[in-house]
Order: sequence, then structure tokens, then C-alpha cells
Amino acid sequence: MRKRSTELRLSRAGLAAIHVALAAFVFFMWWLLTTTKVLPPFFFGEPLKVVRVVIEWFVTGKIWPHLAITLWETLLAFVIGSLIGLGVGLWLALSPLASAIAEPYITAMNAMPRVILAPIFAVWFGLGVLSKVALGVTLVFFIVFFNVFQGVKEVSPVVLANARMLGASRGQLLRHIYLPSATSWVFSSLHTSVGMAFVGAVVGEYLGSAKGIGYLILQAEGTFDINTVFAGIVVLTICALILDTLVTKIEARLLVWRPRAAETESL
Amino acid sequence: MTAAGATAALAFDAVTCTFAARGGGERYTAVRDTTLAIAPGEFVSVVGPTGCGKSTLLNLAAGLLDTSSGTVMVDGAPLEGLNRRAGYMFQADALMPWRSALANVAAGLEFGGAKRAEAAPRAREWLARVGLAGFEDRYPHQLSGGMRKRVALAQMLILDPEILLMDEPFSALDIQTRQLMENELLELWSANRKSVLFITHDLEEAISLSDRVVVLAAGPGTHPIGEFAIDLPRPRDVAEIRLTPRFVELHEAIWQVLRGEVLKGYAQAKH
Repeated sequence: MRKRSTELRLSRAGLAAIHVALAAFVFFMWWLLTTTKVLPPFFFGEPLKVVRVVIEWFVTGKIWPHLAITLWETLLAFVIGSLIGLGVGLWLALSPLASAIAEPYITAMNAMPRVILAPIFAVWFGLGVLSKVALGVTLVFFIVFFNVFQGVKEVSPVVLANARMLGASRGQLLRHIYLPSATSWVFSSLHTSVGMAFVGAVVGEYLGSAKGIGYLILQAEGTFDINTVFAGIVVLTICALILDTLVTKIEARLLVWRPRAAETESL
Repeated sequence: MTAAGATAALAFDAVTCTFAARGGGERYTAVRDTTLAIAPGEFVSVVGPTGCGKSTLLNLAAGLLDTSSGTVMVDGAPLEGLNRRAGYMFQADALMPWRSALANVAAGLEFGGAKRAEAAPRAREWLARVGLAGFEDRYPHQLSGGMRKRVALAQMLILDPEILLMDEPFSALDIQTRQLMENELLELWSANRKSVLFITHDLEEAISLSDRVVVLAAGPGTHPIGEFAIDLPRPRDVAEIRLTPRFVELHEAIWQVLRGEVLKGYAQAKH
């Protein structure tokens, strides 16, 4: 076992090196093709200028209010969407009648491309934070909802019967059995739902706003400033990566009770 | 038997349990016309071929299942809803995976309204009693199969139920661990005699633990077909008692009855 784990660690370091090398290669090819005008820089941008724009944004501090707005929208969409998803998921999973009635509507709403709701939300909630949060919520809700629904359905009947024999009331079953089981499923979908909240915020901004990274990209596109568009994309990607890493950390802390494959303890 | 049922800790009075078939098939009668009484403080084992409806009998006693006809009596009163005087130890893992060993043992007290701070010391005590001091913070997946069974035992016993319902609790354990657990169970039981209804398919386990062994017929529609008083002296060591001549005699007598049913059950399973 020990040997295998060191092998894995070695290859992991090697893998990281390959990742960096690949990124450097793509960046280099991009630079080479655009400076030699094989690809027109007007359409494809210039990597060095993109980097300059990103650095300038952070040095002058111009980016912070936009970044703050986008992240705030992401957070709100995630929290509100998760709470509604959790509530509705628990309710429908525990009430066969309600779920039978709601089923076709849930399926229809999930099948609908929800990005198309953005203009409606803009009309309803204005061009501020709320319309982006609303879009993000519709995206996050379904992910959380389906996971909670599944989580409640998959509660082990033996664990449930055992809790009942130990004297758990209906409310206690909800709190001590259904909720922990459902939240474990919610956490396992955390990566997707945080990503979706982020998508909702940026797409909402892109379709109409006065602030945010999506707004910066939209503005730059309006003046055909392709380098700034790319800079916006770079910032978004970095943000997404940081969010994902945070989620992984939180997940590891909250799901300590979950068995991991081949967990060994060194003495 | 009905008269005896009035004073028994737990009694089945002409109990039948029929399951409605799914998808329009035939109805399935798991338990038919079963009458059985367990006296206060008595350890009764029920043996029978695999799939004969032993677990159904236990679920009826727990109130997790309703009878189709007949009544389950608890301390002379007909059972309605869940059996609040009974503790149930399941065959499969029934611990809450998101609770530590300590929190699992404390669960019953918390459900009963105890504060976490009051429940914790008593749960700690019970964990120590089943030999798991120092494992309080482990989650179920970090414990071995035998340890999980001990946690489940402590989880049940901390509520001090008058009746213990045990559904092949040790069947998933290896033979050594199993005998250790059986001895521990006997020790805990003899310190504070409860009525026990113990389900097993292992005849040796049944004889070495019990005051009485009941043999069930092969399903469907299982019912008791033989009862044997086990007059082996207590305290017993489950490993040693298996070598005594009286044990072998009892084993032979019960096996004569059980054998035919096992063969019947085996023939049914093949079809």
C-alpha cells in the first residue's frame, strides 16, 4: 500500500508539471500565432495585452467593486437556491401526494432552458443584483432539489426503523434522519450548485447590468476590445477555481462521517 | 396459551400476517396462526429455515408491522402502534452513519427529551460497558463489524427496554467475534434480566443462549412446530457449553424437527 501511495504522489507532482507546461504551451502558441499575424489579433486578442489588462485591473483596484458584486450575487443565489431546494425537496419527498401533483411541473421547469428567463427577471427585478440572484436561484434550486429528493428517498429503511424504535418522533426523524441524509447529498452536489450560482450571476450581468464582471465583458465587447473580454474570462476562471477549492475544503470538513475509499490510519 | 398470554411479557395470540401482493400477484402469508408467549425475564430463541418469516415475527412484536388477524400482547395489553417497551437490534447495520459512536448511543435518550450534556455521560458509560471506551468519537464506518454491533447493543440497552427483540444480530460476524459477543450479551442479560426474543438460523447459537428454543416451519405461512426447554445450567460460556453431552442431546432432538423444515425451505428456494 505504502509503495502505491508514494507512486501516486510522485505522479501527482509530475502531473502538476505537465499541467503547467501545457498551459504555457497554449499561451505560447497563442502569442506566437497572434504576433506573427497568422491569427488576426483583432479577433483573437494578444496574450501579453490580456495579462496587462488583468494586472492593471488589480493594481488600480478597478476590478474590486465589480468582482464584489459578482461574488455577492453568487453567494446570495447559492444560499437562497439551496434553502428553497432543501425545503421543497424535503416536503415533496415526504409527501407522496404533493410530489405526484408537482412532478410534471418540476420536470417541465427543469427541462426548460432557464437562461431564457433572464430578460423576464430583468423586467421584474430591474437591472440590479436581484435579477441576477433570481436567475442563479432557478439554476441552483433544481440541482439541490433533485439531490435532496433522492437523498430522502434513499434513507436506509433499517436506519429509519431503528430510529423509530429508539423513540424518535416524526419531527425528530426529519431532523435527525432525513435532514442529515439529504444534506449529505446536497454537499455532494455543492461543486455543481456553486458553479451554477456563478453562471447565473455572470450570465445575468452579461444580459443587462451596470456592475459586475459580466458587465465589464459586455462593455468591452461593445467597443470590440477583445483583450479586455479575454481578461474578464481569465478573472472569471480564476474565481471559479478558487470557489471550487473552497468548496472542496468545506466539503471535507462537513462530511467527516462519510467513508472514503480505502481509508487507512497511520499509527 | 391465551391464558398464559395475559401474564407474559410478550405474547402472540393467533397472529397471522399477510402481505398484499404488488402488481396483482398472489398475496403472501408470511406468518400464519402463530401463538407464542415469552415470560418476563425469559430468553427465547426462534430458529427456522432461511426466509421462513422469522423477521416478520419480530417486526410484528416491535409494532413496525401490523397483524392481519390476531393480536400481539405486551404485558397483557394489546399492542397498538410501536412497541415502546421493546428494544430492537437489527440484522443489518442500523447506526446513523453521520453520528459518532457516542452520539449514536445517546440518540435514544435525546429522542426521549434528554439534553445532550445529560445523555453524553450515560452514553460514555454504556460504550465502556460494551468494551468500546476510547472509541467515542469514531464514526460507524471507522469501526469494525463487531464494534458496530456493540454500539448497536449499547444503543438499545441504554433505554433499558423490558423486551429485547434481536434479529440475527451477530450473523454477519466471524465465529470468534460472534462467541465473544454472545458471552457479553449473556453477561449483560443475566445482570438485569429482560425478556428476549432472539431470532437466528444458527441452532447452536440458539441453544447456547436460550431458556427455550422455538422451531418455526418453513414458509409461507410459518408457525411454531416445536418447543424445547433448554435446561443447561447458567452462567454459561457459549464456546464451552457446546461440548457438554446435554447440549449435544438437545441439539440432536431439535435438529430432528428442524431438519425437515430446512429441507422444505431449501426445495422451495430452488423453484
